[in-house]
Amino acid sequence: MQKFFKTMTKKKNDVITKEDVVVKFVGDSGDGMQLTGNLFSDTAALEGNDLANFPDYPAEIRGPINTIAGVSGFQVHIGHKRVYSSGDMCDVLVAMNPASLKSNLKWAKKGATIITDYDTYNDKVFEKSGYTVNPLEDGSLSDYNVIQAPITTLTKEALASLNLDNKTAEKSRNMFALGMMYFMFNWKQDKAFDFFAKKFKKKPIIVEANKLALMAGYNYAETVEAMSITYNVPAAALDKGRYRNISGNIATAWGFLAAAERSGRPLFLGSYPITPATEILMELSKYKNLGAKVFQAEDEIAGICSAIGASYAGSMALTTTSGPGLSLKSEAMGLAVITELPLVIVNVQRGGPSTGLPTKSEQSDLMQALYGRNGECPLVVMAAASPSDCFYAAYESAKISMEHMTPVILLTDGYIGQGSELFRIPKTASLASITPPIAEANDKDFQPFKRDPNTLVRKWALPGTEGLRHRVGGLEKENGIGNVSMDPANHQLMTDLRYNKVMKVADTLPLQEVTGAAEGDLLVVSWGGTYGAVHTAVEDLINEGKKISHCHFKYIMPLPKNTEEILSKYKQIVVCELNSGQFVQYLKINFPKYNYTQYNKVQGLPFNVSELSDKFNQILKEI
Amino acid sequence: MEENLTVERSRVPLTKTDFVSDQMVKWCPGCGGHAILASVANVFPKIGYRKENFCMVSGIGCSSRFPYYVNTYGFHGIHGRANAIATGVKVSNPHLSVWIATGDGDSMAIGGNHFIHTIRRNVDVNIMLFNNQIYGLTKGQYSPTSPIGSVTKTSPQGTIEHPFNPGELVLGAQGTFFARAVDTNVKIMTEVMLEAARHDGTSVIEILENCVIYNDAAHTQITSKDLRDDNQIYLKNNEAMIFGKNREKGLRLAQGGLEVVTIGENGVTEEDLLIHDQYSQDPSMHLMLAKMSLPHFPVAMGVIRSAMYSTYDDMVEEQIKNAKENTKIRNVDDLLNSGDTWEI
Repeated sequence: MQKFFKTMTKKKNDVITKEDVVVKFVGDSGDGMQLTGNLFSDTAALEGNDLANFPDYPAEIRGPINTIAGVSGFQVHIGHKRVYSSGDMCDVLVAMNPASLKSNLKWAKKGATIITDYDTYNDKVFEKSGYTVNPLEDGSLSDYNVIQAPITTLTKEALASLNLDNKTAEKSRNMFALGMMYFMFNWKQDKAFDFFAKKFKKKPIIVEANKLALMAGYNYAETVEAMSITYNVPAAALDKGRYRNISGNIATAWGFLAAAERSGRPLFLGSYPITPATEILMELSKYKNLGAKVFQAEDEIAGICSAIGASYAGSMALTTTSGPGLSLKSEAMGLAVITELPLVIVNVQRGGPSTGLPTKSEQSDLMQALYGRNGECPLVVMAAASPSDCFYAAYESAKISMEHMTPVILLTDGYIGQGSELFRIPKTASLASITPPIAEANDKDFQPFKRDPNTLVRKWALPGTEGLRHRVGGLEKENGIGNVSMDPANHQLMTDLRYNKVMKVADTLPLQEVTGAAEGDLLVVSWGGTYGAVHTAVEDLINEGKKISHCHFKYIMPLPKNTEEILSKYKQIVVCELNSGQFVQYLKINFPKYNYTQYNKVQGLPFNVSELSDKFNQILKEI
Repeated sequence: MEENLTVERSRVPLTKTDFVSDQMVKWCPGCGGHAILASVANVFPKIGYRKENFCMVSGIGCSSRFPYYVNTYGFHGIHGRANAIATGVKVSNPHLSVWIATGDGDSMAIGGNHFIHTIRRNVDVNIMLFNNQIYGLTKGQYSPTSPIGSVTKTSPQGTIEHPFNPGELVLGAQGTFFARAVDTNVKIMTEVMLEAARHDGTSVIEILENCVIYNDAAHTQITSKDLRDDNQIYLKNNEAMIFGKNREKGLRLAQGGLEVVTIGENGVTEEDLLIHDQYSQDPSMHLMLAKMSLPHFPVAMGVIRSAMYSTYDDMVEEQIKNAKENTKIRNVDDLLNSGDTWEI
């Protein structure tokens, strides 16, 4: 190694202070890009940066090596300023092979630094990755600051003393690349060493290999000319407290555990594996120590039906799924509606229709969530705004479902489900209490469908309780007494009661908030997992002095009570969503007299801040 | 067999009237459902659990109106899903005695998947499968148990589908309990229901039920007074497999399977007959018995299989207990603060 650098001269580095930086690590599925990205992100967190991450997996588990189908990525957005999304385009692209460069170059800003493993560039690989000529030599990268590092060779050299076989030694290539990033961000290497020691506790040889590779990468970066510019991203001004990194799916699982603990109702999850919702099922499976009962059902229908049975028996019942699974659960959702039992259905939305784009993100199940059942079948629909918000959204959906004896659909999506961000750890005692309306034993006045006159909520009578034997079911029931009833007037009454019960949930919801002026030219409306990008775009324009405000919805059915009042205060409303315009249709149905436009994207990708800003600027010009 | 001790017992003796609901029973006059209902009302007090600890779950079909007619906690579900709903009830609260009323449409067709998986997991529920070999509630279409050639409203030229034998399906799904009874024999129904209640795990009772309107006399060959003794064999544990009007016939193991023999003929004595072992872990004999059909064999009645095996719900509780004993994470605050966290 010393030999290699002998002829190079060490340069003085210019340190540039940045508000935020987006880094994307890409490589073959087996190149360890997720781990590399996570370590990068964890280090930034320890440096006090705000951050948001997004893993970008292929639909295949391990696509063929060196092909575009096999590329796996991990994007990290770190900031001195507050970071609300994993970022549009990257400032630094670490591409471990030609295929990953080819598929990700479009995400690199002009002028971005590209670090790539020179050793992987040969004719055989070009063919597999779809290049006809060497992209490092044909001038196609002239707009970028390209660092062609012989990563494979140098990693193997650095690890020579360990006498590892070639394959094992090459596995540390990713840590060589990470070492270069540590240098680029002026981070101390011992932070990485601490991670290795923890992560590979049982494999000291791997700890050593990764350490040597990281050091080699760091030293290489220090010496190579192209790395003359390094970054400093100062710590962000975050609220005091204890923090951790959390993905939306994990946060969803934990929010439910918190709700079960606070409500005293044991958690039951009935679920069937489906991308990208499976992580919630896997995560909750770990917590038998907290009493969580997780049932991996034989199909989506058994998932929800077992949850409905568990709800009847007194559990805080959940089912988790993604688009196609929601379709399969439709009939059973109706059963939960007519039996007026608490149940949370989590839909981690993905690209549709049918199998669609399983690993990509979309917001195209909104209409299905609102209306996709037979009969008049109202239930509560909520949507989480960000990875960390999934914790609160899950908690609240469980609270609403139990306190109002209604199923709730909680919409998240693949982007916030798999993406992660900083999470300020709350104390569970600070969360709102949950008090399910459980019927008391031997209540002489008990009737299965007798209602609280204010909330229209019936009592939850748990099997095993003395004096409350009763029957529920999918046939229409007589209000109050709960006998099967085909009486026309009763059906009208029950239909109205079920609807009004759901609408009355709005009495307990916080009022909708607006970012920016309370009235003005343009109101940007968004909902669910697009919060980060839309908020960033609007905030930037507000800072530029534009008359623009933002209203982001988490409660969709029912809407917060002041929704119309807000809509009425702006000349123009633009509703942004990752579908063809489902929420805007819903708003038009509810509040027809306002001036709506829409901005939609159905590409399986999240919004870019820049495309939103362009759209908003264009509308502002036209107003 | 030990009784299931997870369900609390009644402190006072209960009678039939404790389980009679105030709802009008709306099955057709002559429907087999009436006798099954009477048997349940007989059996529940005998089981001895608190009346609040019974939970009756059903799907859709004539059989599935059952929960409305018994005064217990009850859940009338959706088509085919009774077994899935009941699984949730039992896993959520293992202190309940869970009973499922389902039919050959509900559990053999639309809900076939849940049926086999509930059995495979050995969830401690009791499934009463009302097998009338027809769709009654939708007015007479063939079902997955209708014999091949059955002429129904959707098979005017006769069905061309091979029917399921529910017993074969149960044992194929690794069932631990299978019994068969006919709706005209309240005594046997009562006995097998009692055994089902005492069995830890999924108990399936196939009840050959008559649909007086759409499939009348479907089981006459088995149930009619003059034929039943020769065409049924009532299996009792540890007893020789004997049947026939004069108890002159029996079952013996021959090359390639079972064989019907007559006692006294060709030197056959009672000693040569098979002794029923319902508790055998090995299901091979149980399968042969469950598969017996007319005209060459009598149809087996009574408890055909009742094997001991851990139940799903017991194992869930055990894992929870172990996990709670061996964890540092005792509440959600512990969890939130576990792993990599840092102070700002």
